[in-house]
Amino acid sequence: MNREQALFEYTLRIADDSLILGHRVSEWCGHGPILEEDIAMTNIALDLVGQATNFLEYAAKVDGKGKTADDLAFLRYDRDYRNALLVEQKNGHFGDTMARQFFFDVFRKLFFEGLTKSTDETLAAIAEKSLKETKYHLKHSSEWVIRLGDGTEESHQKIQESINNLWRFTEELFFSNDVDTMLLESGIAVDLNALYPLWKSQVAHVLAEATLEIPSGTFQQKGGRTGFHSEHLGYLLAEMQYMQRAYPGMEW
Amino acid sequence: MVTKNEIWQLLEQVSDPEIPVLTIVDLGIVREVELEDNHCTITITPTYSGCPAMQVIEKGIEELLEGIISVTVKSTLSPAWTTDWLSENGRNKLREYGIAPPEHEVDKSVLFAAPTVVPCPLCKSSNTKMVSQFGSTACKAHYQCNECMEPFDYFKCLK
Repeated sequence: MNREQALFEYTLRIADDSLILGHRVSEWCGHGPILEEDIAMTNIALDLVGQATNFLEYAAKVDGKGKTADDLAFLRYDRDYRNALLVEQKNGHFGDTMARQFFFDVFRKLFFEGLTKSTDETLAAIAEKSLKETKYHLKHSSEWVIRLGDGTEESHQKIQESINNLWRFTEELFFSNDVDTMLLESGIAVDLNALYPLWKSQVAHVLAEATLEIPSGTFQQKGGRTGFHSEHLGYLLAEMQYMQRAYPGMEW
Repeated sequence: MVTKNEIWQLLEQVSDPEIPVLTIVDLGIVREVELEDNHCTITITPTYSGCPAMQVIEKGIEELLEGIISVTVKSTLSPAWTTDWLSENGRNKLREYGIAPPEHEVDKSVLFAAPTVVPCPLCKSSNTKMVSQFGSTACKAHYQCNECMEPFDYFKCLK
């Protein structure tokens, strides 16, 4: 693997997290529990898909094979996606979606803060732009975790279950391999090992505020970063890629 | 031949498709106008990553300058757009249009902080409440006035 291949792989991970989560969150459009949340979700989805576009455009450029951002978004197979398993998990109920978003937003804010200092100017610029949006997302998801956790008996129980169910997908956000090693040397990548304790303490802080327990389970699921996904991704892609598969090259 | 100043003035005719009362110059999304050998390069920056207005704005600029000078529109992400770039003129226009301009806000990492006081653009009362952090477009939050009861948009602070 050379530097370009590593950079392509690295940029895809960031892009695919945004793209897949953006698509998931957009599934709430028209199904939000209240109108304001419906609008909030679609706004967040729009930010995420916008970020995905910026990262995919860069990935396509680094790749240098004449593909466009759209080609990468709509014409890859599931094994070629590099998103973490967390973001492809189904929306479930509103608490499930907020728990997923909360784990991700805490990670994303720390990650983008690091990426703004990257020696890769394009990644740093997209991170600077995305960080501002992520702060809004984090505030939104944290406040919901607290409101639901410290809410009624039923909301408390439901969000605790969501937290417990999704916990096994959190460590993968900090997955690193030789791609990271190569890019860390040149100051392009963010040191994920250093972020993990910060993530844990920030998550613990909000969960304490929400009167929720940190899950005790230690089993962690991984595979997404290397292309081994849960069955949910296939269904998501079938819907997301439908138009391009049915009408190749169509535009509007 | 047109001068740089004249191009800046011309750009005042391109409005934001989602908030037509504001020009792209008021919004601070035109970052640079470069003139070289009768060709003009205009650099713009998006307000939000997923802003759907960018392509329309790009087209608007190209159409505006067609027949006047050949133009290339470039997009840049850094430095990232901030509401600090909104001109005083733009802030006044927003208020008159019924959208509250951005106020200085506390750090967003403070959970459940007292929400920013946003005066009602219609009756000027400070007795307002936030309905939702996210509004009709990516750049706006949804508020309501407790005095005149009117709902209104708040152009939220982005730093």
